Amino acid sequence: MTAAVDVQHVSKSFRVYRDRNQSIKATLLTGRRAVYDRFQALDDVTFEVPEGSTFGLLGRNGSGKSTLLKCMARILNPNSGTITTRGRVAAMLEVGSGFHPELSGRENVYLNGSILGMSRAEIDSKFDQIVDFSGVERFIDQPVKNYSSGMYVRLGFAVSIHVEPDVLLVDEVLAVGDMDFQEKCMEKFAQFRREGRTVVVVSHGIEQMRNFCDHAAWLDNGVLQDVGNASAIVDQYADSGHAVTAGPGGGVRFGTGEVKFTQLGLVDPSGEVVNEVRAGEPATIRLWYEASERIERPVFGAGLHTVEGVHLWELQGRDSGFVPDAIEAGAGTIDVRVDHLPLAPGSYSISATVQDHSTTHMFDSLQHAARFNVLGGGFRTSGGMLALSGRLENLRQH
Amino acid sequence: MSQVEREQRREERRVTLNLLRNLTKREISAQYKRTALGRIWSLINPLAQIAVYSIVFGLLIQIPVAPGSNSGLELFPIWIGVGVIAWGAISNSISAGMGSMLGNAGLLTKVYFPRSVLPISAVLSSIFTFATELLVLLTIMVAVGWWFVGGPMVLLYAPLLIPLLLLTMAFVLGIAMLLSVASIYFRDIVHLWSIVSQVWMYASGVMFSVQLVRDAQQRIAEDYGLELPLVTLFQLNPAERFLTAYRNILYDFAVPSWDVWVALVLWSVGSLVVGKLVFDRLARNIVEEI
Repeated sequence: MTAAVDVQHVSKSFRVYRDRNQSIKATLLTGRRAVYDRFQALDDVTFEVPEGSTFGLLGRNGSGKSTLLKCMARILNPNSGTITTRGRVAAMLEVGSGFHPELSGRENVYLNGSILGMSRAEIDSKFDQIVDFSGVERFIDQPVKNYSSGMYVRLGFAVSIHVEPDVLLVDEVLAVGDMDFQEKCMEKFAQFRREGRTVVVVSHGIEQMRNFCDHAAWLDNGVLQDVGNASAIVDQYADSGHAVTAGPGGGVRFGTGEVKFTQLGLVDPSGEVVNEVRAGEPATIRLWYEASERIERPVFGAGLHTVEGVHLWELQGRDSGFVPDAIEAGAGTIDVRVDHLPLAPGSYSISATVQDHSTTHMFDSLQHAARFNVLGGGFRTSGGMLALSGRLENLRQH
Repeated sequence: MSQVEREQRREERRVTLNLLRNLTKREISAQYKRTALGRIWSLINPLAQIAVYSIVFGLLIQIPVAPGSNSGLELFPIWIGVGVIAWGAISNSISAGMGSMLGNAGLLTKVYFPRSVLPISAVLSSIFTFATELLVLLTIMVAVGWWFVGGPMVLLYAPLLIPLLLLTMAFVLGIAMLLSVASIYFRDIVHLWSIVSQVWMYASGVMFSVQLVRDAQQRIAEDYGLELPLVTLFQLNPAERFLTAYRNILYDFAVPSWDVWVALVLWSVGSLVVGKLVFDRLARNIVEEI
């Protein structure tokens, strides 16, 4: 099998400025540009992407996978090593990035197409397909600044995907548009594969990678960990990815940390933290979080375990129909309300998760971070884990 | 080089040219989008400037300007008009080219294409505007020729505008390429440029002729006994040389002298070579610095 992309001993480091100065004066005064550290984004990475494969690059945030993709796309220059690609390469790093807001959709298709390497004749022949794929026929002669963000992205995606390169580089853009559009995209990718083109994709979505890719490489801190069959690599990555650290309340956590839970607990109607509740009574689980940046449409979830670790119940925002549009940077809380807690008297622990909207990216998962006791109450139980609203009655003797 | 590689090179070149054409078209057509007057604005600006300068320097200060050597014209607004338009082209092309990399940061970080396409297309679109202005000016000069000189003599010399335009383009492109990458490393350059271009405009004799400089040099020599080579310094300025050449053709109806051509070729080639060398060296890692 020949290599569509041949990555040989590629290293890339970035300057991380401690005190960024971009002024001539400061440079003249200090006699040098600026003080910086080197950050090694890629360290001697070597592998081949087989021709005709769908190749996934896996790794945590900051593992170097996007840097590697940009090196493949020739946007970044490796400090050492070589990357050889066969045939035409097109990168889909951010769709619609070359759009000019004042120009019409039609003009932008031509402009964007030529940025991505298509000739005029080629765009002419594919123009109708592109417009059809994007579904913005009615607005194609309007300036794109009047487009909705969905239309903008769809048109950009449609142009990119019609470049029909030999090697397509995709960075986390599989989640654009509505369900119909996503289906169209998946079909197009499937067609790509049938035609023997190579696709290199970067994603956090583990399950998506498992279904989508046949080969994968796994990077950690810029170092290649393993490369090979996709599902094997995904499994390895998934195991390692859950590298847990100690969290508050004796819990353990993993996740990328854009949002972090600071505390979990039960609260009473007045908002006081309690650690006891009676079986069958209402219970409110409160999750205290702190976000370091604005997060669009986060999916919160909470779950209950027995102290022995049996997973009893879990509810996520998406299933509950409660996904906030966005949370801003800063602290906040969210409640999970249970009208009648059907648990047998005993000790239980609370866990919480917060993920991105596609539930493929875990911001924070804090497991077993709070304990509470259930006391006997209105719901009676004589054994087992549950206390249901049941009673003995209706004795009949024959 | 193998056949396949050659093929690939040719393909790449074709794609680059296509991109260059489209980007230039984008610059040109987006510039005056949604304005009622459209491209006419590109003429109104220099016209307003010419009117102001004519009143201030022609009418009030009465700067002496030698009559056109062949044409015998003594029309200050036309004389200053040639200067304003030519200087405008030089300064606008350089600032457009300089801002082209910073202004397209989004594109640079997301797509690969030969980076030089950006400053080149910015300069090309400014030069396109300049060419339309020159055409209007040429039309006016034909009319003026009929009226004052007795014939469209300017058309005899008009073909010289083509090599002159190409030299202008090479000159501004070199500087624009240099500044476009340099301004990413040092953002101060953008602000510094607005000062430099002011000084440069006055130093290029947009609103006064070399006669004034010669007078000043003489006066200093007589009054203080100082032999300052002011005229030589003045004429070392490449922009002054360009303005002289444009005035020779459009105002004097004459062929610019050989030493002007030599100076222009040297400046243009020098600027282009230095600009390209610096650009190639600095543009490679530009994405990390943006």
